Amino acid sequence: MSDEKSIMERIREANKAYTTGLDDEGIEHWVTIYLMGKAYKVPADLTIMQAIEYAGYQFIRGSGCRAGFCGACATVYRKKGDYKLHAALACQTRVEDGMYLVQIPFTPAEKASYNINKEVPDEQVLLKYYPEIARCVSCNTCTKACPQELQVMDYVQAALRGDLQKTAELSFDCIQCGLCALRCPAEICQYHVGQLARRMYGKYGLSEPPSPAQRIQEIEQGRYEDQFNRLMKMGRDELEKLYNEREKE
Amino acid sequence: MTELKFIRGYPEYMLESIELVHRTRDRRRKEIPASMTMQEREDVLHIHPDYAPGGKRKIKAGPNRGDITPNELADLLEAWPRIDPGDIDLGNIDHDVDILIIGGGLAGTAAALLANDNGVPKEGILLTNKLRHGDSNSIMAQGGTQAADRPEDSPILHYLDALGGGHFTNKPDVLKAMVEDAPSVIRWLGELGAMFDRDEQGNFIELWGGGTSRKRMHSAKDYTGMEELRVLRDEFRSREIPVLEFYPAVELLTDRAGRVTGAILWNTETGQYKVVRAKATILATGGFGRLHIRGFPTTNHYGATADGIVLAYRAGAKLRDLDTVQYHPTGAAYPQQIIGLLITEKLRGMGAQVLNKRGEAFVYPLEPRDIEASAIIRECYEHENCIVTPTRMRAVWLDSPLIEEVSGKGSVERELPAMVRMYKRFGIDMRKDPILVFPTLHYQNGGVETDPKGHTNIEGLFVAGEISGGVHGKNRLIGNSTLDCMVFGRRAGTYAAQYVKEGVEPGELTLKHVEGYVELLKEAGIPPERKAPMLLPDYRGKTVLARMIDVL
Repeated sequence: MSDEKSIMERIREANKAYTTGLDDEGIEHWVTIYLMGKAYKVPADLTIMQAIEYAGYQFIRGSGCRAGFCGACATVYRKKGDYKLHAALACQTRVEDGMYLVQIPFTPAEKASYNINKEVPDEQVLLKYYPEIARCVSCNTCTKACPQELQVMDYVQAALRGDLQKTAELSFDCIQCGLCALRCPAEICQYHVGQLARRMYGKYGLSEPPSPAQRIQEIEQGRYEDQFNRLMKMGRDELEKLYNEREKE
Repeated sequence: MTELKFIRGYPEYMLESIELVHRTRDRRRKEIPASMTMQEREDVLHIHPDYAPGGKRKIKAGPNRGDITPNELADLLEAWPRIDPGDIDLGNIDHDVDILIIGGGLAGTAAALLANDNGVPKEGILLTNKLRHGDSNSIMAQGGTQAADRPEDSPILHYLDALGGGHFTNKPDVLKAMVEDAPSVIRWLGELGAMFDRDEQGNFIELWGGGTSRKRMHSAKDYTGMEELRVLRDEFRSREIPVLEFYPAVELLTDRAGRVTGAILWNTETGQYKVVRAKATILATGGFGRLHIRGFPTTNHYGATADGIVLAYRAGAKLRDLDTVQYHPTGAAYPQQIIGLLITEKLRGMGAQVLNKRGEAFVYPLEPRDIEASAIIRECYEHENCIVTPTRMRAVWLDSPLIEEVSGKGSVERELPAMVRMYKRFGIDMRKDPILVFPTLHYQNGGVETDPKGHTNIEGLFVAGEISGGVHGKNRLIGNSTLDCMVFGRRAGTYAAQYVKEGVEPGELTLKHVEGYVELLKEAGIPPERKAPMLLPDYRGKTVLARMIDVL
């Protein structure tokens, strides 16, 4: 049998660059990026986030889940010789030579306060809290800025029509990074509109499945108490037997 | 190194193996390996990082002295405070509240809402975060939330599944509380407007999870945690409950009776501290993935550095089950930009198989996580039937295209949009080609011991979520972490509110427990250079660090 301890050391060695920070050994391909204007030579194979760390930064802001779910690492950049302003998530984008980039530390955006138990799921509810959606000029800049590639302008238009379902569905994968709101010439906070639409649709547009309510009632009526009491008194052998003999659906 | 040629996102040398995966798919679909017997399970566990020797040691000081824990956590428990108690002016109170909640993932946010529902006015609550509100492991949870709400299912079966998965070490009273509250959590989320996946009749689509005997995973595509978190956070913001961001707690406060009475918070940008006095304190700071135990990459968010455990331990909290660590069987192993990130168990629940380089399914795809992870490590390092990536990682295939055949065309994109998007960003179409996986550090099974109310052994201190220990015993099942967060977040919020209403008044604020702990560290011979809590991991490049000087 091989030595488990040495296997663990081999695993540690293979992951060292990602768990302790990179050294330069063995790196052949390099690019130059510009962090807030300063040039840094970094390994070509890194994400923007890894490259910023390689360059010597320890994040306080701008790093969250590091997996594309939280929206903490909104980043904008231009490339040499390209007029376009690109938007990206630093943790989900590879560096490219000649990127001029800056991370967005915070998005100022007013979120409305509401009690969804008291709201009516009609065509007016989104306009009531976010009347600025009426200022949308259909320029599609929000859609182009979205690192999730959502059809942001389409859901703002759906919101304007009062179509809660469409707004909810089109905005569902939104990670609320704020890039749309920062780019919008009509000063709409798209991601807050999507959030209200999803909660309204989730609460009023989808019927309540009967299953949890029935089970909650059974539990409250103590239907499982005897079984629980028996289980909790059992020794390990008895529990193991029960576990091993339980049937899968 | 010669220039690699890439085809469909993979280096050319992997293509032969990818072809074997494609060619064996039809046959494999009907020949799923049997799940392991108890004996086979025991035989494979020797290679699990928890069982392989050399990773753990006895804790030298404090309430759990003599207990075994990973070296990386022991280093933090056996560490000196970052602040000198003598430097802190405790006479000047910045926030005087009923309930201080530290940590704003699902557990902390749920606690705030329930404290408010149970009569604590919003001004009486303060939620503080080290990063932003919601930057947490919760928001990354992909798989789903378990709740035994179908007629074919029962809380008894949920209990039994979790108990077996936890090797029968779970604390029975908290486990019973979790499975009994589960259907209520699902209903609560629905009332707040969460959008779980539904079938055409409007019923929840419930899925398999590893180690479950029934389909009971409620999910929202592969954005389950994000959907749950953003709904709770939106409700929290709508109620205008006070919140601080970029203000981690660096020490708890205690009074002379030993009760926890608040915390010292620290502004990560200006360095200024704040004193918070609270009648009850709820720690919901999550787990320890960013300690990179045994050098493993992790699925965890940037802030998962075990801060809360360190603080609670110094105040005298009892810990349990911290001798085991959960390694998720399937972390991304390629491309290098996403190493360690979670490849949710849901893929295997939907039909994906784990294959070696010859395209052979060598393990039942839905074993409990420690067993599945061990089998993958064995295949890579003992049987050597693996792919070696350009960064020298060893890995096996996860046959994601098989999902399209088992669960229907289009199901990958419909159910796993986050993952499809992630692979697409790096040039791989996971609907058409398999992906490479290796175990990754995922979850802190144990933590601060609690009762079913979320109360610890210290008066005034509650915990909820990954920081707590007991409910999962020594191994957690999929779908029980988001559930744990919400069940015990709700309970901690409810019972902390009740505790506050009983009229408790904190005594004079002190850091006596910290001074006392320092004495224990001195006795144990711990070098004062070792400091905790960690607060932030450090991934700065070695070249820069070698040339860094401090001149300001």
